[in-house]
Amino acid sequence: MMSEMLSKLQYYFTYPFVRYAVVVGLLIALCSSLLGVTLVLKRFSFIGDGLSHVAFGAMSVAAVVGVTNNMYLILPVTVISAILLLRTGQNTKIKGDAAVAMISVGALAIGYMLMNLFPTSSNISADVCSTLFGSTSILTLKITDVWLCIAMAVIVIAVFIIFYNKIFAVTFDENFSKATGIKADGYNLLIAVITAFIIVLAMNLVGSLLISALIIFPALSAMRLFRSFRGVIICSAIISVVCAAVGIILSILFSTPVGSTIVSADIAVFLVFWLVSAITGRSKS
Amino acid sequence: MAKQIICENAALGYEGGIVTENLNFTVNSGDYLCILGENGSGKSTLIKALLGLKPQVSGKIEWCDGFKATEIGYLPQQTPVQRDFPASVREIVISGCLSKTGFRPFYNKEEKALAANTMEQLGIADLAKRCYRELSGGQQQRVLLARALCATRKMLLLDEPVTGLDPKAQADLYELIAKLNKEGITIIMVSHDVSALKYADHILHIGKKQLFFGDKDKYLNSKTGKAFLESEEHDDE
Ligand SMILES: Nc1ncnc2c1ncn2[C@@H]1O[C@H](COP(=O)(O)OP(=O)(O)OP(=O)(O)O)[C@@H](O)[C@H]1O
Ligand SMILES: [Mg+2]
Repeated sequence: MMSEMLSKLQYYFTYPFVRYAVVVGLLIALCSSLLGVTLVLKRFSFIGDGLSHVAFGAMSVAAVVGVTNNMYLILPVTVISAILLLRTGQNTKIKGDAAVAMISVGALAIGYMLMNLFPTSSNISADVCSTLFGSTSILTLKITDVWLCIAMAVIVIAVFIIFYNKIFAVTFDENFSKATGIKADGYNLLIAVITAFIIVLAMNLVGSLLISALIIFPALSAMRLFRSFRGVIICSAIISVVCAAVGIILSILFSTPVGSTIVSADIAVFLVFWLVSAITGRSKS
Repeated sequence: MAKQIICENAALGYEGGIVTENLNFTVNSGDYLCILGENGSGKSTLIKALLGLKPQVSGKIEWCDGFKATEIGYLPQQTPVQRDFPASVREIVISGCLSKTGFRPFYNKEEKALAANTMEQLGIADLAKRCYRELSGGQQQRVLLARALCATRKMLLLDEPVTGLDPKAQADLYELIAKLNKEGITIIMVSHDVSALKYADHILHIGKKQLFFGDKDKYLNSKTGKAFLESEEHDDE
């Protein structure tokens, strides 16, 4: 039984598209878990979902004005809205969750209205599906996607390590940082830009449903058990990568959808961590 | 005595209008200045102006003799820390050193030692690995005080630091602040209660405009001072 599974895996790994899927999946899992902790703490858990609606709005505008390759419109629009949402710090009048909800519902409504006012022939429902589940299924990636992903991951990890202490201080207490001369707005913008690019990139590769799950679950699981910022970051990175690996392998073995299998693994880990914290009583509700 | 802050005819406010005006006072190094005033009189707004977070509407606030606004350690009235933020005491205290690191990504030995010594000084060394949000109110204030002390040893701005603490913890914190003042750190403290006056040497009382600025002894004999003490005594009954 065991050897049968191993040989099946071995067989699959001889295909390049499977190897690409594993590399891209693990890198996106790693990056989104690093950013996920800050996003959850800044009340931006649902940003992935919100941005997919923005992408839908941009897509319908592109269809109406007749842009041939709608990626030219969708990419900049989503990146810019992500930056606008995230750039603001703790001192905004509209808090993160409300701002995300506003933008996502607004974009959805306007997109839908445009589609109705100017019916086009293009297959928009298929496009909507692809923003949710990834335009390219994770199993049809090309080598250029892989390199793009590796480059993004290197940038995200480098920025995260170099600015780790600053990111902590600015998310923990923005006013104190500003008062002692830290350029908090600059660091907020930096976090916003790299988050925007990662989310938009990952949305195209693996879909916004998976990216939302990858942002939320590892961070929340780690926060059940760990009490220091560093502990939470490291733990959530490990959870995320392990779950992605397990999810991909299981989906190959049992021919289940890749994204949903990864999310299921994340949910399972969350439940285990939640149970452990409930039993050991380390988490006060 | 070196002057650290000069405030001339400053007016403070938000988009909605002026909150308080005609502010004239100076802070010298080593002073212990207590800021008094009713709720909503603009004490926290003044603190933000002194920190350079919220510029004054008109008038002048000057930081003198090479003393910079960023050299002020700050203890906010309410820390906007979310309940679920995972952070250990050590991580928070050492984040006070951040402005010293400049472009260096990590803390060096001196900064780590400074954080450790400050925790020792404030009696929270044994809490270093604990989670901030699981501490008592008094312990949390000490952690934030330690962070402020890591940022600077010149001046501390405290906005109602004892709010929500029990009387024993309040007295302890006041003692601690007085001790820091004796070591030469300038203290500017916003407070509501009379017991804070015990340690102060200067008083600034603000309302719609400045009601009093000067020595504590003069204040206690002034009309504003007597009225304040009387109203506080009524509150206690
Ligand atoms: N962000 C803001 N925008 C607009 N008005 C504000 C803002 N913050 C405070 N105010 C107003 O400015 C006035 C002064 O507020 P401030 O917080 O400085 O009072 P305070 O003296 O610190 O009061 P307390 O004793 O309750 O702490 C109040 O009338 C308040 O409504
Ligand atoms: Mg106040």
